[in-house]
Formats: sequence, structure tokens, C-alpha cells
Amino acid sequence: KQWYQRRVAITAGDSLKEFFIERNPCQSAIQCAPQMSEHEVNTERFETNNRGVNHVEGGWPKDINPAEVEQTMRFRKKVEKDEVYIQTIQNLGRSMEHTIKQNNAIDIYEEYFCDIVEDGSVESPSAKTINVFRDPNELKRTATNISWYPDNAQKLAVAYSVLEFQKSPPGMSMDSYVWDVESPNKPDLTLKPISPLVCIEYNPKDPHCLVGGQYNGQLAFWDTRKGSQPIEVSAISKSHSDPLYKCIFLTSKTGTECFTTSTDGQVLWWDIRKMSEPTEQLVLDLTKSGKPTLGGISLEYEPTMPTKFMIGTEQGTVLSCNRKAKSPAERIVASYTGHYGPIYALQRNPFFPKHFLTVGDWTARIWAEEIRESSIMWTKFHKAYLTDGCWSPVRPGVFFTSRMDGCLDVWDYMFKQADPTLSIQVCDEALNCIRIQDAGGLIACGSHSGNVTLLELSSSLSQLQRNEKNSVTLMFERETKREKILESRYREMKMKERTKSQMEEINQNEEYDENPNDLVEEAEKNFWFTIEQERAGHEKKDREMAE
Amino acid sequence: KQWYQRRVAITAGMSEVEETLKRIQAHKGVTGVIVVNQEGIPIRSNLDNSTTVQYSGLYHQLTAKARSVVRDIDPQNDLTFLRIRSKKHEIMVAPDKEYLLIVIQNPTES
Repeated sequence: KQWYQRRVAITAGDSLKEFFIERNPCQSAIQCAPQMSEHEVNTERFETNNRGVNHVEGGWPKDINPAEVEQTMRFRKKVEKDEVYIQTIQNLGRSMEHTIKQNNAIDIYEEYFCDIVEDGSVESPSAKTINVFRDPNELKRTATNISWYPDNAQKLAVAYSVLEFQKSPPGMSMDSYVWDVESPNKPDLTLKPISPLVCIEYNPKDPHCLVGGQYNGQLAFWDTRKGSQPIEVSAISKSHSDPLYKCIFLTSKTGTECFTTSTDGQVLWWDIRKMSEPTEQLVLDLTKSGKPTLGGISLEYEPTMPTKFMIGTEQGTVLSCNRKAKSPAERIVASYTGHYGPIYALQRNPFFPKHFLTVGDWTARIWAEEIRESSIMWTKFHKAYLTDGCWSPVRPGVFFTSRMDGCLDVWDYMFKQADPTLSIQVCDEALNCIRIQDAGGLIACGSHSGNVTLLELSSSLSQLQRNEKNSVTLMFERETKREKILESRYREMKMKERTKSQMEEINQNEEYDENPNDLVEEAEKNFWFTIEQERAGHEKKDREMAE
Repeated sequence: KQWYQRRVAITAGMSEVEETLKRIQAHKGVTGVIVVNQEGIPIRSNLDNSTTVQYSGLYHQLTAKARSVVRDIDPQNDLTFLRIRSKKHEIMVAPDKEYLLIVIQNPTES
């Protein structure tokens, strides 16, 4: 039994009723729908690993040792004497022969249209992301340079560093990685330099050899079979004093020579077997003062032209140089100006080495070696800064550029010259570097926070089109001729002006025997005369208006 | 007398096997012939040992799988022949309860 106790009694009071009005009708909302709720679920990442399997002989009965040839021979002979064996083989032999004869009679798998080349231009160009390789460290660094494995598209080496001035946080890892294309979860090999790597390059002749340029200016050399530590590092006193921005291998008998450049204004040649000092040195200087006035930021070397090379500078000039020059002053053969900012990429067209591509500031420009005053073709000024570019190794009219807004542009000059043929937004942050693989089908882009995206291009972009070489030749010739004509016209006009001003000078020199004061008086007179004329004209107008 | 006859029968049987295998090998495009027993041990082959071991181990497993596939779909059915066409050649496997005959042929060889 429960006890109830009355605590409070509030009676209905008529006085309170006056404060209330009855509401009729009452509105209330109801819903006749099932209740739902939303949840996000993400499964745990599945780690996969690629392994090969080696088959070893097995299945032999316990008493027979497979290594013993006699025992195995005896076993085999025993089996061959078996009745069942004989019958079976004869039966199987019969059906097998029938099939073999079938194969020989008609080739049912014949490819009828092998020789007809696929016309890839029908399909629209596209690119597909295959894999994304993320920097495994907590503190993310920029992927500053990518180099593909020389023989096939199995691996790529990526250099990671933070290029913003003094922005490297303490505790930042200095490792760079070699990734296997098929396993994006874990790098294949870690490279441990003493200073972060700014650029990295595989030796095209020896796929185990890797060279990396460090942030502190040293050049380090690895053998991928020997582990993560560099085999040798260049002597710090003889290396660059600024980050080593680019290194390229030269074609030589030994296959161990390379050259490097940095913003300290030097180009150094090295033999990787002896890194204690460079074999040759070039100071980047156009004023012939001997001190470095230009900083190098990209290099160009074409194995088919071993005596020439080019340097892209921080100041926006491209220098074309000859290695076999007799005196240091003659080393720098020509300079090409035109960019307003550092030249981040410099590459000759693989099919037309006399033309090269430069990427810097907000444009990409194509130059002809013989025309030094300006580029022959250029893209429009983009809204975002361009960071890197390269030609396609299979199609002469196609090149790629990467931008600071994370966009990769594919330019097909055969199709359209005003805009990129394909613009892919790879990621939301800046793309720092791109590298296309030698077969032309895969392109890797490195971003600001260390993500390397691997894209596969559609076949229309990675296969040589009909007549492409001829068309591109004609296009380059046409543009070169145009520039030449413009150049010569400009020169003519300048000559004319110069002679005209020279003639005027002669005339004016005779007049200028007067006193400068007289000149002032004359100027005053002319001034007041003009004013009076104007005033007279105005007064006349006012009078006419008044009438 | 019986013993003598049996011996002839065995050698005759053996020579027939030899003849069959030789005939198969003589066909145009045939590059390899391997006989494998039900444990995967190669009994006869005209290829080198490591290749033979690889082929016999791998194709033995594949044939067993193919056979199980055919029988899973229809238990009354059984695998009679297996042909694998690859870019470089065609591999034909004639299965039996106890043995396996593998032939590698390159039919488009000119």
C-alpha cells in the first residue's frame, strides 16, 4: 500500500482565465514518414603485398630422394612399364593429335586486322588516376622531383623536401622514397640522405644507380641494391652553396658522369666514382665579370647532342652553352630572355631538338634555337603560376604543364593551340612536379603535401597520330619564319628611326647655337599666343550664344 | 615361353608409347611434350628439368581446378580437354584419371 500526501493544492481561479483566449482551430504538424539516420562507415585499410612464388620439385614418394637422379630414373622407368600408363598415353595421344592437327589446319585465333592502324583521334582524350602515393611521414613535405625507373614503368623515385625558405619544421623526416607502382601503401625503398633531397635522377644506363641533389648543395649517390644510405656524398666544400636544383646524367663511356646546377650560379660536372671534387665548373654570368650573376634552376641535356646543354635560370633567361668551348668566356653561346620568373622546366622536343619548351611564370613557351629574341609560340597567361612541364615522348605536338592550383594541362598543338586539350584537376593543392614515363602512357604528378598521383593517359594522347610529325614540322617552320620576319621588320624600323634621329640631330645641332634663354622667351611667347587665341575663340562663342 | 611373350608385350607397349609421343612431337609447331602422373611428378618430357617441373606442378593444379569446376556445375559431366591460348603459344592438356599429357604448340609458326 502506498501513502499519498497532499502537498499543494492549486485551485482553478476565474481571475486567471481572463488572461487567456481560446484558440480554435489549433494547428499542429505531424509527419508520416519513417525515421532515418545517417552514419559513415570506413573499413580498415587492407594491406596488400606482392610476392613471387618459387616452385620446387615435390610430390615424389617418401622413399625417393628427388635429388638422386638414379632413384628418380628408376621410378620413371617403373611407371613407364605400367600397363595403365601405356593404354592411357595411347588414348590421350590420339585426342591430342586430333587437336594438334586442328590447330595446324586453321588458325582460329588469327588477327585479321592487325595491319590497320587504330585511328585513336576519334575518342576524346582522357586521363585516369591509377594510384596515389602518399608521404608516409606525419609532417608532410612537398614532392619536389620524380624520376622513373629506366627500363619499364615498375618503379619511381620521388624526392621530398620543403622548399619554402626556412619552413622546414624541426623533426621533419629527410627521407625520400622509391615506390613500386603496384604497392602504394608502403615505399619500396627508403633513401636516407643527411639533408632532404631536392632532385633525384635514375642513371639511364644503370637502373640500380640513383643520384640525388640535396638541400644543402651536396650530391649523393645510391646503389639500390646496397641499401638506404648513400654510397658516397660529394665533399661539402666543393659542392654548391644553395640547394642543388637539378642533376642530369651525361652519356659517356663509363656512364657515371653527371652535371648539376644550383641557384648559387654554378654548373658543376661530377664523376660519381670520385665525389671529392667536381671535374669541371662553369660560372653563370653574362656580364663577364667572373662572379655568378644568374642562378641556375633547371638543366637540359639531349644525349644525341652531347656537346651542347642549356640552363634555365632563376632570372628568367635560358642560356645555351657549349661544353667544348675553348675559353670559359665562349662557353655561354646564347641567351634567350622572355620569362618573367624562374624557368622551372626546360626540355627539347624529343622529335625536333632545335625547338625547346620552357615553363616559367604564368606561361609555357616554345622556342626555336636560331631565334634568340623571342619565343615562337606561347600559351596564354594563366591565372595560376606554372610549376613544371614536359614534352610527350611519343607525340611531337603534345606537352604537359602543371599549375599551382593543382591542375594538369595537356596541350595538343595539333588539335588546339589557344587552350589545353585536356585539363585535369589532380588535387586541391599546388602541383610541384610532373614526369612522364618513357612509353608515353603514364604520367606522375607530385603535389605540395607529398602526394604523387599516377595518371594513365588515353591512347589518343599516347600514340603517334598519322602525319603528326609532318604537321608539327610545318607548324614549327611556319612560326619560326613568322618570328624571323617580325624580327627583321623590327630591326628595319629601328634602323630607320636611328637614321632619322641621327639626321634630326644634325639639323638640331645647328639651331642649338642659340641661347637657352631665348628659347625660354620663345616658348613663353608661343604659350601666351595660344592662350589669347583660345580666349578669343571662347568670347566669340559666348557672344553668339547670347544672341 | 610365357615370360618371353610378356617381355615382348611390354617392349611392344613401350615402343607404342614412344611412337605416339614421337609422332606428337613431329607435328608442326609442337615445342614440348610432358607426361605427368597424378601426383604432379613429370614422367617424361623433352624440355629441361626446371621448366618441366614448373609446367607439371602448375598445370596439374590448374587441371584439377578445371575438372572440379566442370563437375561442380554438372556432376555427370567431366573434363575431357583443356586448352590455354596465350600470346606466345597454345598449351593443350589431355587429362586422365591417373596421368596428364601436356603439349605446347605454337600454331602460327611459319
